[in-house]
Amino acid sequence: MSASAVRVVEREFGELALNMGPQHPSTHGVLRIVLHLSGETVVRAVPSIGYLHRGVEKLAEHLAYDQLAPVFERDDYLAPTANSHAFVLAAEALGKIEAPRRGRWIRALVAEWQRIASHLVWLGTLGLDLGGALGGGTTLYMYCFREREKILDLMESLTGTRFHTNVNMIGGARYDLDAETAARSSALAAEIEAALPSLAALSGGTPIFRERTRGVGVIPKDLAMGIGVTGPTLRGSGIRFDVRRAAPYDAYDELPFEIPIRAAGDAEARFQVRMDEIVQSLGIVRRIVEGLPAGPIFSRKPLKNPKATKLPAGEAYVAVESPRGELGFHIVSDGGAKPYRLKISAPSFRNLQVVPHLLPGGLVADVVAILGSLDPVMGDVDR
Amino acid sequence: MPAPEIVEALRVRFGAEPAPLGVSLPAASLLAAMRALRDTYGYRSYVTATALERDGRFEVAHAVRDVEMNDTLFVRVRVQRDGAEIDSLAFVYAGAEWHEREILDLFGIAFRGHPDPRRILLPDEYVGHPLRKDFAIETPWGYRP
Amino acid sequence: MTGWLGALAFSAVVLGVAMTIVAYMTWLERKVAARMQNRIGPYEVGFPHGWLQPLADVAKLIVKEDITPRAADRLLFNLGPLLVVVPALVGFAFVPVAQGVAPVDHPYSFLFFTAFASLTLLGVFAAGWSSNNKYALLSALRLVAMVASYEIPMIVALLVPAVLAGSLRLTDVVEAQRGLWFAAYPLVGQASFGIFLVCALAEGNKSPLDLLEAESELIAAYNVEYSGIKFALFYAGEYAHTLAICALGATVFLGGYLGPAPVPGLVWLIAKTAALFVLVLWIRWSLMRMRIDQALRLNWLVLLPASLASLLAAAWWVVRG
Repeated sequence: MSASAVRVVEREFGELALNMGPQHPSTHGVLRIVLHLSGETVVRAVPSIGYLHRGVEKLAEHLAYDQLAPVFERDDYLAPTANSHAFVLAAEALGKIEAPRRGRWIRALVAEWQRIASHLVWLGTLGLDLGGALGGGTTLYMYCFREREKILDLMESLTGTRFHTNVNMIGGARYDLDAETAARSSALAAEIEAALPSLAALSGGTPIFRERTRGVGVIPKDLAMGIGVTGPTLRGSGIRFDVRRAAPYDAYDELPFEIPIRAAGDAEARFQVRMDEIVQSLGIVRRIVEGLPAGPIFSRKPLKNPKATKLPAGEAYVAVESPRGELGFHIVSDGGAKPYRLKISAPSFRNLQVVPHLLPGGLVADVVAILGSLDPVMGDVDR
Repeated sequence: MPAPEIVEALRVRFGAEPAPLGVSLPAASLLAAMRALRDTYGYRSYVTATALERDGRFEVAHAVRDVEMNDTLFVRVRVQRDGAEIDSLAFVYAGAEWHEREILDLFGIAFRGHPDPRRILLPDEYVGHPLRKDFAIETPWGYRP
Repeated sequence: MTGWLGALAFSAVVLGVAMTIVAYMTWLERKVAARMQNRIGPYEVGFPHGWLQPLADVAKLIVKEDITPRAADRLLFNLGPLLVVVPALVGFAFVPVAQGVAPVDHPYSFLFFTAFASLTLLGVFAAGWSSNNKYALLSALRLVAMVASYEIPMIVALLVPAVLAGSLRLTDVVEAQRGLWFAAYPLVGQASFGIFLVCALAEGNKSPLDLLEAESELIAAYNVEYSGIKFALFYAGEYAHTLAICALGATVFLGGYLGPAPVPGLVWLIAKTAALFVLVLWIRWSLMRMRIDQALRLNWLVLLPASLASLLAAAWWVVRG
């Protein structure tokens, strides 16, 4: 808001216009929210995004298909493989390419480990938001990140990098799972499952956390559907929709797992949904390692000139369930070696729209609780 | 794809034709068709909105979903390039508001009746619409991808 | 101690001792917090335990640029840190260190201590208001709403030992605990000690009642515009204030310098203060922050009636004989 607009708001309405600017410890990245406060109560909230817009959709029109998968890993930087996974699946749908079973299972394995890692970050930063960097929140944050470090070490031994693993290729996976890494994966799953109760006790088990999140930021079903929220935010409002069940991809049609649903729609419900999702993902990871099929991991011939890969003309929309929700890629191809138009349907963008509806009526302290429970990643919002 | 009777109903009532991933509508019947999809046919959940420039015209596609029947429908509208204007769905699906702002930001398509037609991703004072085909990516030092 | 030169030397000694203890309490906090979080804490500076860290921090803060915002209220802006540090340090002068010995042994020393402890409120409000910054203003308003409210049950709970001891002189209050610490008195003492602890958290701006300085919402809140030595004074003042409250609690509820010989009384006093301080730290680094309406509800609906009830019970018990 310009300075004169702020003065008008403050003079005419008696409200305080507070700028939770792009630089703020709790806005989960560069998000700007202009809060109109009456005392401590939020009267109006106007979010402003675009501080991390990097023009990835335009860039996609200039790069070859095989070059593009790593580029998208920088969108939702807390679950990088989810982005490239969705892209690779959409490209495979366009080109009618089928990845071999083992490759698909390895892609799902990395996706689930990144889901657990992303939810650990979410929990730690939720602690920071609710508890403060100089208080109990930091303790939760440190414990969560300690567990996450083990996951990143596992990713490093599997793919060579801790984070932007680059494992998804059009036609399969890039890295194979050997016996030692498979054993490490199972052992780590057991370790994290053992550590989860203490993390849950440190957060949801404390009365203060429950009081801060119960009844805060309730998203009623109609609002959830009309806005189009997705992921744990949607499932916390009682709507049973998970892309892994609705449009199964890779290994998910062969793996049994449950979809946690909560009906309350408040921040506590979303917290419980994500905690249950961690447990479910640990189960999936274990089953993938146990039942990993043998065979090749990549189905196309070795790429002599990756830039020359052409996909047939047409359109495809394929989504994956990233830790934030439905991450969809809509690729329009004109038969050439580069996408004609590539659109990313970002879950954090859809979830963030609910902010102007949720914040008014709450206190300033609820703003951080609500933002934390929505778990936006600005790289995903702005692309 | 939706059930055949829904496709037939859309064709009869609003002039819809099959299109990739869904149906295509004349621009004039977009608002009425989306209201019918939401209220009568059960497509109550909004997913996303895409735009692209093809053959000198813009296409805007809204994706809506029927969660119970698990069907995602892309409803497409074509408009001419210059002075392009289509009806805004912001009061039919609340989630369309920011998606339409993104399209008007990156493509320059105007949305009639939009409650808040400002740029969303680019700075307010930005000139140009990057996702148009005539907008070239060029850095000051001459790099072209 | 006579003569103004003697008084000056005396205050310099008290000040020096107090500030050193405060500085090393920051080191203790960082170590305790680190161990709770599976880390080591200060390590390099003063290898291997980081015992030079407080000196390094103070040196760094002194040489930083001192920025005063152009639109800030200069007088209050400069007065703020002083009003926070000085009353906290003055409080140390009233704490008795041995039988009948306190740096300042006044018949109403108890009252003076609590009065000075409340003065820090003014310093924080001055800082929040004069910064001309909305975040600081929100913090100052929360201060008035919350910390001022929490003062009331704290003072009422502190009056219970005074009533049980029959005197407002701190040395008498400690002597009256020769038989049993006031914190151990059934129901009345225990309740008032508990209330005192909760209010001490509020006074010292420690989680779960650190709304004033809610770093994740208001960033640094009331001291957001301060830099350099003024920020160092705020930092030290906050620790000094917390330590002073802990020292008061140790004196009034835990028996002060009382303890079996041959360990000198002063060591017992410091040990008890440190124990209370570590307890406050333990709570601080474990629990999340409460919301303002929840904190106020706790105060007015739980702490105040409980403290009034225990004061009445203590008074009735004393009158009964």
